[in-house]
Amino acid sequence: MPRDLSSLFEPRGVVVTGVSSHPGKFGFVTLHNLLSCGYQGEVFAVGRENGTVLDQPVLASIEMLPDGAAELLVVCTPVSANEEILRAAAARGVRAVFVAAGGYSEAGDEGAAAEARLVDVANELDLVLAGPNGQGITSPPVGLCAQIVAPFPPPGRIGVASQSGNFVSAFQNYSKQTEVGISRSVSAGNAAATGIADYLEWFADDPQTTVGLCYLEGLTAGREFFERVREITMRMPVVVVKGGATSGGQLAAASHTGALASNDRIFDGMAQQAGMVRATNIESAFEAAATFATQPLPSGSGVLILTTAGGWGVVTADAVTAHRDLTLVPLPDDLLTAIDKMLPPRWSRNNPVDLAAGETRDTIPELLDMVAGHPDIDSVVQLGLGIQGNTAAMTRRGPFYPGHGLERIVGFHDRQERRYAQAAAAASINHQKPVLVASELAVTQPDNPMVAAVRETDRLCYSSADRAVTALGLLARYAAWRRARL
Amino acid sequence: MPTLSEADSRTLVAKSGITVSEWATATDPNSAVDASRAMGFPVAIKLCGNTITHKTERGLVKLSLTSDDDVRVAAETLLAATTPDDGDVELLVSTMARGDREFIAGLVRDPQFGPCVMLGIGGVLAEVFADVAFRLAPLDRLDAHELIEDLGAQAVLGSFRGQPPVNREALIDILCALGALSDDPTIVSIDLNPLIVVDGLPVAVDALVEHT
Repeated sequence: MPRDLSSLFEPRGVVVTGVSSHPGKFGFVTLHNLLSCGYQGEVFAVGRENGTVLDQPVLASIEMLPDGAAELLVVCTPVSANEEILRAAAARGVRAVFVAAGGYSEAGDEGAAAEARLVDVANELDLVLAGPNGQGITSPPVGLCAQIVAPFPPPGRIGVASQSGNFVSAFQNYSKQTEVGISRSVSAGNAAATGIADYLEWFADDPQTTVGLCYLEGLTAGREFFERVREITMRMPVVVVKGGATSGGQLAAASHTGALASNDRIFDGMAQQAGMVRATNIESAFEAAATFATQPLPSGSGVLILTTAGGWGVVTADAVTAHRDLTLVPLPDDLLTAIDKMLPPRWSRNNPVDLAAGETRDTIPELLDMVAGHPDIDSVVQLGLGIQGNTAAMTRRGPFYPGHGLERIVGFHDRQERRYAQAAAAASINHQKPVLVASELAVTQPDNPMVAAVRETDRLCYSSADRAVTALGLLARYAAWRRARL
Repeated sequence: MPTLSEADSRTLVAKSGITVSEWATATDPNSAVDASRAMGFPVAIKLCGNTITHKTERGLVKLSLTSDDDVRVAAETLLAATTPDDGDVELLVSTMARGDREFIAGLVRDPQFGPCVMLGIGGVLAEVFADVAFRLAPLDRLDAHELIEDLGAQAVLGSFRGQPPVNREALIDILCALGALSDDPTIVSIDLNPLIVVDGLPVAVDALVEHT
């Protein structure tokens, strides 16, 4: 049975220890963040100063906590105080503890002994113990921001569990930038009692979470991790980025096999076998998770590329062709015939479907639906949108606007961009296939109406075709792994 | 870690269903000639013993011998190269497997993940290119299939220089057999290096088992 972590991520009430009036201290910052992000439960502060902090009365001790009012305890007090705090908190109905405080096993033998005692106390009291030495947890769907750092990401479907707190922040930053939200995040810290596999197991059963995203550096029980994760991945995709991938660690063995057995190669084999989706860096890990969270799984490797014009289609076709998990499908005859009727003869008549700027107002929405609906096509990459919106922006900022009849064309361009973005999402939903929109405007001009409209459909606007292809390839690989085992 | 002789290693892996090239042991040049004649030329002769591991580096492998005289000379040379550290030795005569493609496969025990099966592109540059992949043992046929697909040089598996594609089912058999051998706790590692692809079928022409 997976450990029940609901009192960690959806607590009825939170209490913070170590609260002081110093705005630079962890206790203050945690209290501030808990009170600032929309959490609806009660929040309690415990500290040594009388009076209030952030208008919140400060309780002198945890014994003053109303019984059962807080399920989650966030510990910002130093090591020496914490075993007693855990006992007092459990007596007042606390079920889960996040220990933000450091000074434990990361700090040497004495800290390691204190950490072992903390685990014993938590086990004795049947408390969920997260951390110590972690940055905190968030649950955006319930407005819970129990962490000592920014930012607080928008709510979504990605469950983050990381062995580095700073990469939790990195994923949260990408979430804020892209508006693809997060369901839960946890900085596992020293993971004394609750590890990455525990979080992923709970995420797999969590209705708010549809994909796990984790950063791993080291595993203490690799085999057990493997056995647990391959059960999880049957229910939920898990994206992993592994730190320390280049460390040597060849086995001391007489065999050639041993000489070739680097840590990374074995980790990679383990990850593939367990159905984990391995990304090579933090950005692509987030984008893969964001894609799992917002797109249907492809039912095969076949990709069709749609582009309005230019070299986008060519380089994307190259990327798809070179990708081991994707195939550039030959354009089916019936689609060729149908598209011939929609476009002037200069279009590419092949995959990529390059419109060669021959489209009229309804061409792109109609094409998106038509190609996504075709049985030979498993996913669609749409390129070259945003040009009209970009033109409109230049016109709007120019010296002749308003006037000269420019308002009408600017409005038309902006509306068209929104239609394209909405059509891509609608085609994806109607036909249950991934339809990815990629444009550098996602970062160079995030207020472009196409980019904004893609985000309003709760999807990622990929900042390049390469990145869309990378994410799509990871989806295709996971889908194939899972199909083979169903 | 102690190792089994090539003869004992071959016997152990063959018992688990792995195809090894035809072989026999001989104690002297005359019996090596008899064994060679019985299996047909050309043959390979190697020095074989419990402590002999890096045979090629020590010049203890004589390949493509085509006559009685070749075999006799090679046998005498190998026996003369024996050092006191080698302990008890004998000669191992085997047929020359003919094929241009080589794989390396094996089993290791990783301190973190336990027993792991490896498959890689073989040959003298195997450790330079390091086109290898791993799966945790034991593996099922699907795991083994995906392990094969993890190799970078997929073209090696197809039709190659007039030879048929590698029989993937046969390769899967070998990988699964290696994985199953991990059940024996006395086995520390296994090398099948190389597996030569003969008419599409991978055949182990050398085996090294490390044991506790």
